[in-house]
Amino acid sequence: MADLSKSVAIVGVAESDEIGIVPNKSALTLHMEATRNAIADAGLTVGDIDGFLTAGYWGYDVAEYLGIKPRYTDSTSVGGSSFVIDIAHAMAAINAGYCEVALITHGQAGRSARYPYGRDPNVPGAQYDTPYGIIGPPVNYSMAASRYMHQYGEERTRQALSEIAVSTRKWAQMNPKAMMRDPMTFDDYHNSRWIARPFHLLDCCLVTDAGAAVIVTTPERAKSLPKKPVWVLGAAEYHDHSLLHQMPDMTVTPAHVTGPRALEMAGVTHSDIDLTMIYDSFTYTVLATIESLGFCGPGEGPDWVANQRTAPGGDWALNTSGGGLSYTHPGMYGVFLIVEAVRQLRGETGERQLKDPKLSLVNGTGGLLSSTGTVVLGVD
Amino acid sequence: MTQQPYKLPLPNSQPESDYYWEKAKAHELWLRKCNECGDAYFYPRDICPNCYSNNVTWIQASGKATLYAYSIVERGPTPPFRDVVPYIAAVVELEEGPRMPTNLVDVPFDEEHIKVGMALQVTFHDVTDEVTLPKFRPVG
Repeated sequence: MADLSKSVAIVGVAESDEIGIVPNKSALTLHMEATRNAIADAGLTVGDIDGFLTAGYWGYDVAEYLGIKPRYTDSTSVGGSSFVIDIAHAMAAINAGYCEVALITHGQAGRSARYPYGRDPNVPGAQYDTPYGIIGPPVNYSMAASRYMHQYGEERTRQALSEIAVSTRKWAQMNPKAMMRDPMTFDDYHNSRWIARPFHLLDCCLVTDAGAAVIVTTPERAKSLPKKPVWVLGAAEYHDHSLLHQMPDMTVTPAHVTGPRALEMAGVTHSDIDLTMIYDSFTYTVLATIESLGFCGPGEGPDWVANQRTAPGGDWALNTSGGGLSYTHPGMYGVFLIVEAVRQLRGETGERQLKDPKLSLVNGTGGLLSSTGTVVLGVD
Repeated sequence: MTQQPYKLPLPNSQPESDYYWEKAKAHELWLRKCNECGDAYFYPRDICPNCYSNNVTWIQASGKATLYAYSIVERGPTPPFRDVVPYIAAVVELEEGPRMPTNLVDVPFDEEHIKVGMALQVTFHDVTDEVTLPKFRPVG
């Protein structure tokens, strides 16, 4: 494979004007606000966009709404991981000469959409899972967590899940855009109502309305733009199932492939990473992903996150935006991971800013622990 | 007492799975098995997903399984399931090897009585005149 490390840069990131509970705006309006804001952040105009990547809707529906006529288009749809994977696809397309300035955009009225998002009745899940009430992420991810508890111990797993929920909330308290900013105690976690045992409410991400967008371009173009380029140093994608019962091992996510490959491409190791951004659809997603990425061994995640190590002031910064658990999560959250990583690497995150971070690893997960995209981002 | 009409979603059978659901209606659990590579697999596909052979057959499963993973669902994921909580979503590992999704039934909604790895047996629920769902209950 061609060495594409550091061959493209992220030059613009933004959310929609409002995120959280936004009943007066459609998903496509959220797309459009995020796009406008990301273009402004990059110092570009909409006419500069010639590559277009999105997920959730058909690409031409979104591009038409945004008034964009791309010569490269990509509607890869592997859930919330899509937007992280799109970074790699944009990198490949730009290097191949298909486009020069690629927009990755997302908008979703997860909370306030006027009409429900449907499921194709012809897919296997509609036949084999739906009749049993095995529908949607909480039921499926909680089953996977039950397997982890069986293999590695219920009490220490529970402690790890609570550590992640509480530490993530502490970061959210320093993010003015986060939806959940009230303090959370361990008792709050344990006393929150059951959703799908073993998951409490506070194991589960939010359901919000939000959009976000990212702009990727060539090093030459990046150097002419106002913001410090954030380099794409490594990238990898993988999926190994769709339905949970087809997952090879419910305690190991596809990040066991994408983590090591992205790090290898970047030429760095786990200990070089200053900020880890992991899609936290659920506390369990984080626990399993830390292990799968290779930060620690199987079953060692509870020790890795113990004693609020991932909280502000801890020695392993994780999900500094407040994550899907406490900041925002419209349904396919992956793009927001990139927004936060880029802002941290640029030094733009105010109260929660890490001290001079140089490298961030971002891991998006899609579907039912089905797919992952990992990127390693860095600044000079 | 009048039987309430069944309000939960029914399986959307496809050409490759009509036989599976016909057999379920007869209270039998059948799996696809490949004559070339020997793999039994769930869910039914006309072509073996392991070796891509068309030389596949149907076998009757023993109905014995172990619990692989489960969730006690307290908040229904869609409106019809909100009326039937709690229920237990489960993935079971069949004696023949494949895993399948199901409901665990005839057990208290209590982690003390539900252990991953516990032995299970298939049981058939005739949810309508036309449709039967294979579910699983503890052995003994």
